[in-house]
Parts: sequence; structure tokens; C-alpha cells
Amino acid sequence: MENLWNGLKHNRAFQVMSLLVLLLVLVAVFAPELTPYNPLRARMRDAFQAPSAAHWFGTDKLGRDCFSRILYGARYSLTSVLVLVTVIFIVGTSLGVVAGYFGGFADTVIMRTSDMMISFPGMILAIAVAGILGGSLVNAMIALTIVTWTKYARLARSMVLKIKKRDFVEAAIVCGGRPLHILISHILPNILPLMVITAASDIGAMMMELAGLSFLGFGSQPPAPEWGLMLNEGRQQFQSAPWLMAFPGLAIFITVVIFNRWGDALRDVLDPRQES
Amino acid sequence: MRLCTGRVAIVHMNADAPIFVQKRESAHFLSQDELAPPAATFTQIIAESVAAARFFFERGWPKVSWKRLVRRLIQIALVLLGISFITFALVMLSPGDPVRQMIAGNEDIIVSQQELDALRAELGLDKPFIFQYFGWLGRALRGNLGFSYTVKAPVIEQLMISLVPTLYLSLAATVFMLAVSLPLGVYSAVKQNSLFDWFTSSITFMGISIPNFWMGLMLLWTFGLKLKWLPIVGGSMSFRNIIMPALTLGIVMASKYTRQVRAAVLEELHQDYVTGARARGMTERYILWKEVLPNAMLPLITLLGLSFGSLLGGSAVVEIVFSWPGLGYLAVESIIYRDFQLVQGIVLWIALMYMVINLAVDISYTALDPRLRKAGH
Repeated sequence: MENLWNGLKHNRAFQVMSLLVLLLVLVAVFAPELTPYNPLRARMRDAFQAPSAAHWFGTDKLGRDCFSRILYGARYSLTSVLVLVTVIFIVGTSLGVVAGYFGGFADTVIMRTSDMMISFPGMILAIAVAGILGGSLVNAMIALTIVTWTKYARLARSMVLKIKKRDFVEAAIVCGGRPLHILISHILPNILPLMVITAASDIGAMMMELAGLSFLGFGSQPPAPEWGLMLNEGRQQFQSAPWLMAFPGLAIFITVVIFNRWGDALRDVLDPRQES
Repeated sequence: MRLCTGRVAIVHMNADAPIFVQKRESAHFLSQDELAPPAATFTQIIAESVAAARFFFERGWPKVSWKRLVRRLIQIALVLLGISFITFALVMLSPGDPVRQMIAGNEDIIVSQQELDALRAELGLDKPFIFQYFGWLGRALRGNLGFSYTVKAPVIEQLMISLVPTLYLSLAATVFMLAVSLPLGVYSAVKQNSLFDWFTSSITFMGISIPNFWMGLMLLWTFGLKLKWLPIVGGSMSFRNIIMPALTLGIVMASKYTRQVRAAVLEELHQDYVTGARARGMTERYILWKEVLPNAMLPLITLLGLSFGSLLGGSAVVEIVFSWPGLGYLAVESIIYRDFQLVQGIVLWIALMYMVINLAVDISYTALDPRLRKAGH
């Protein structure tokens, strides 16, 4: 926490990037106030209008305002990606900690499963899982959780194994500390920074994969103003209405750039190895 | 390829004295021709590959690797078993009735219950899950992955057909990636912190943040629609059709790989032997081409294998954008039409390819690294 505060005070890159992330969040929160139109209301009379003063990013096949949809899309994309990364983080880290701390049977089961998941391309399994379960945002998130938790589990496990050998943990065990107490007050604080950094740098990648699944039709379903889905819908009219695919893509791109840069800056601020 | 770390050359350099190079075993004079890097390197790469190949045939496989190979093969089999179980279980959990879908497609046709039950019994779908799974497994082990009702062909046959375009596309993307990444990565490592380095790192950063399907669409719009240089509608595997999908995949991959090349070369450049070589007055060109690059190649080969493997699964979205008739396209189509026999086949097939490629990379790694080569016998 202290590092974070220091970073905010002294690290210029982290300041700028945090500000931009905040801006994105504000856009998502205040989307209803910022948008001139209702993102879901169709007005067939206004269909396929090119970008203009009235409709900054044009309108889609149902006459819905693209600018409003993209601002609302920030709500969908940010919420879903943050929930997704949090879920993966919690699932992966706790499984990894359990595997590393208790070892034995739990370790074998968790790590062999993770070996299996890691030894082939995740995206194809994500597509299969999301597709088989049926296209919905929740199913897409389940699919991505299934293919991504292993990374966190491995990282957490290897760190726990290292920390377990340190004197202060031994001392806590000798003093009769219960496993739960040792985990929470001695081990977790030591592994959290690196886990958080990993999660933060994953936000951008996860956002692209979620958008990719939505683009294929295995994520959000119409009429949600989700960016990947908007690209999918815009693709059908991309000859006559190129703005329908230019702007949602740009929105994804900018958001991913901001989160990737923010993740890098956060790493610089938090990573204890960088200080020495 | 020469990947010898042990060959430390000692060079005494006077303005006009001949350059004297002493190897560990023997000493000989290097002519100016041998020092001229770019021309010599290519022939040397070939010579070294030939040497590596000869090494295999003459001495056979290092003993340790046999054990490892068998272990890896068993591991592959286990992973395939696990994956097949997961996908099978998922299909069971999935909403909708595949039997109804098989008869009626996506339309609302009324089908009688007797008809559904009959087909269900015929396909063995009325049995408990575990029976179905072992039934499938038994057939799969005999090379029968089932029959796809959407393409009206045995699954395995369709997999073979669809593999070709995906491999072709992956290969094209990889060639593009190498052609771009190697020069860019090496040069920006050599000129670390220069304007060029900064420029490359900004471009590659953008490259890894662009969703590949969006880049595909933009390329399609620019080169297909506005400039009319390339065809918009895919379908056939002609050279003109492959350019854009290969570019789309290649740009994203090249962005990643350039960064990896840069990192690998930088790491070698910071090694002591480079400082030593500089102190002995060897030219930067010589150090780079004869010492640094061969050593940096090893990690890069592994990464190359990994990125080629990930293309097999990762190209699905791009294949859809460009209607490229490969495995990814087939996967998405078969999921949409709930042709689960085919879905299962594709997932297993891609997993198998990926693991075989990784295995091949590991093997070539053992063969190319002189340290591992020595450990083998």
C-alpha cells in the first residue's frame, strides 16, 4: 500500500496512467449523463447515418447512436473484464496457495490439472467451452476462467513453496500457529503484490479475449452494447457503414493500451525486485 | 547452425598484422572473407545444419532423451485423455438437444418424440454419461472419431482437410513474422535506447494491444475495399487470398516476437564474453554475427515453436474474418451448428498438433545446444 502511495506521488508514468484508468472508469460510471441518446432505443428512420454533429460516431442498422453505445459499452467491458480478472485471480491464487502450502494429494490433483490445461492452446478450449455452454457473457467468462486460472495457480504455488521455507513461517508453526492464521497473516501478504501485478497486466489481454469471444457470437448477446459484439454486428455492413466497425475497435484498442501501460507502471511501482 | 559457446576466439589486432584467431583445440588464420559476416553466415547456417543432421545419423540419439521422449509421449496421451473427458462432459452439460438439432437444424420444425428417441437410441445418446464416454473412447482409439452430420463426412477426414489451410496460414504468418522481427529485434537491441529502439518498442506495443480481428477488418477495409488491391472474399487458398490473413496474424505475432528477439540479443550482449571480445579489439560486426546471434538463437527457437503452436488455436477469429477454410473456421461453424462430434475432434486435434510441435521444438533444442548434446553421452 505504501509503495502504491509513493508511486502515485513520485512515478510520473504511474500518475498519468492511473489518471487515464480513472477517466475510463468515470466514463463508464457516468455514461447515462454523458450520452446524448439511449443506447438501446431503435429509430429506424435514422439507420446507417454517417458520423455527423448529431451522431458523432454515426448510427447502426437500427438507428441506434454509436457514440452512446460505445460509452455504455465501457460499462459492459470494464465491469465484465474486472469481474473476470478478479474471479480468475481468486480461483487461481487460492488453488495455488492450497497446492503449495498443503502439498500432498491436493497439490497433485491441482498441478496435474494445470499441467493439462497449459499444454495446449487455451483460446480453442475457450471457444469450445463458451460455444458448447451457449453464447452468453457469463459463459464466456466461465470459459476464460477455465483456461486462465492455471497461470495464477502456478505462480502462487511457486511463491508459497519459497516462503514456506523462510524462518518466520517456521517460527509461526513452532509457536503453534494454525494453518489458516499462517496463511492469512504470513503467506498471503508476501505473495499478494506479485499476484496483483500479474492480474493488472492481464486486464488488457483478457479484455481482448472477451471481445474476441463476443465477436464470434459466444459472448454478450444482442442488444447489449458490448464492443466485441458491436464489431460483429458492424462487420455485416462494413462496406456501407465502415464507422460501425472502426469506432468499437478503436475503443477496445485504446482501453487495452491504457490498461497494459497501467499494468507496466504498476509493476514498476510495486515490484520489490526493482528497488534493489 | 553454429551454437558453440565454447569457441572463444582470441584476436590480436594490429593495424596491418594478420588476424590471429586461437581456438581451444587448434589455431588458424582467419581470412578477411571469413570475417565478412552477412555473406558467410548463410552458408554457415547451412553447413551447421548439415553438421547437426550428420550428428544425428552418425551417433544416434543421446541416451537420456529416449526416456524423456517416452515420458513426453505418455504425457501427451494423458492430456488428450483429460481434454476429451472435459469436452465430453461439457457437451453433456450444454443446453439444447443435439438430436433435435440434427434433425431440424436451427429451424423450428416439429419433430415427434418417437423419432427423437429412435435416433437417440441409434446414436447411443440414451445411455449414461460414462458409458457414452468409454464407448466414444474405444472408437476413438481405433481411429474413429465419429461422423459429422454437418459436413456429412467422418470427423477425422474433415480434420485432415481443414488442417491444410490452417498450416498454410500459420506458416505464412510465421515467415512474415521472422522476416520482420529478426532484423527489427536485433537492430533495436544493438541500438538500445536509440530513437529507432524507442520507435520499434512503441510500434510493437501498439501491435500487441490491437485485437487481431479488428486489425483484420481494418486491413480488409483498406486494401480490399478502398484500394481494391486484394480480394475481399476468401474461400480459395490462392496467394492473393492469404496475404491479408497472414498479415493480420503476422503483425500481432511479430510485435511479440520482436520484443523477445530484442530481449534475447540484449541479454547476450551483456555477457562477459562480449566485453572480452571488445577488449581484444574485435569488430562489433564480428561479435554480433559470429558470437552473439548464434547464442541468442537458442531461446528464440523455443519461442518460435511456441508461437507457431499457439497460431493453431489462436487463428480461429482471423479465419472467421477472412472466411479462411481452416480448423478455426471449422471449429466455430461446428459449434454454431452444435455438431459436437466434430467440435470434440477439433479440440483434440489442435491439442495434439500443439503438443507434437512443442515436442519437436524440445528435440531440436537438445540437438542444437552443444551443452545438452554433450550431456547426452
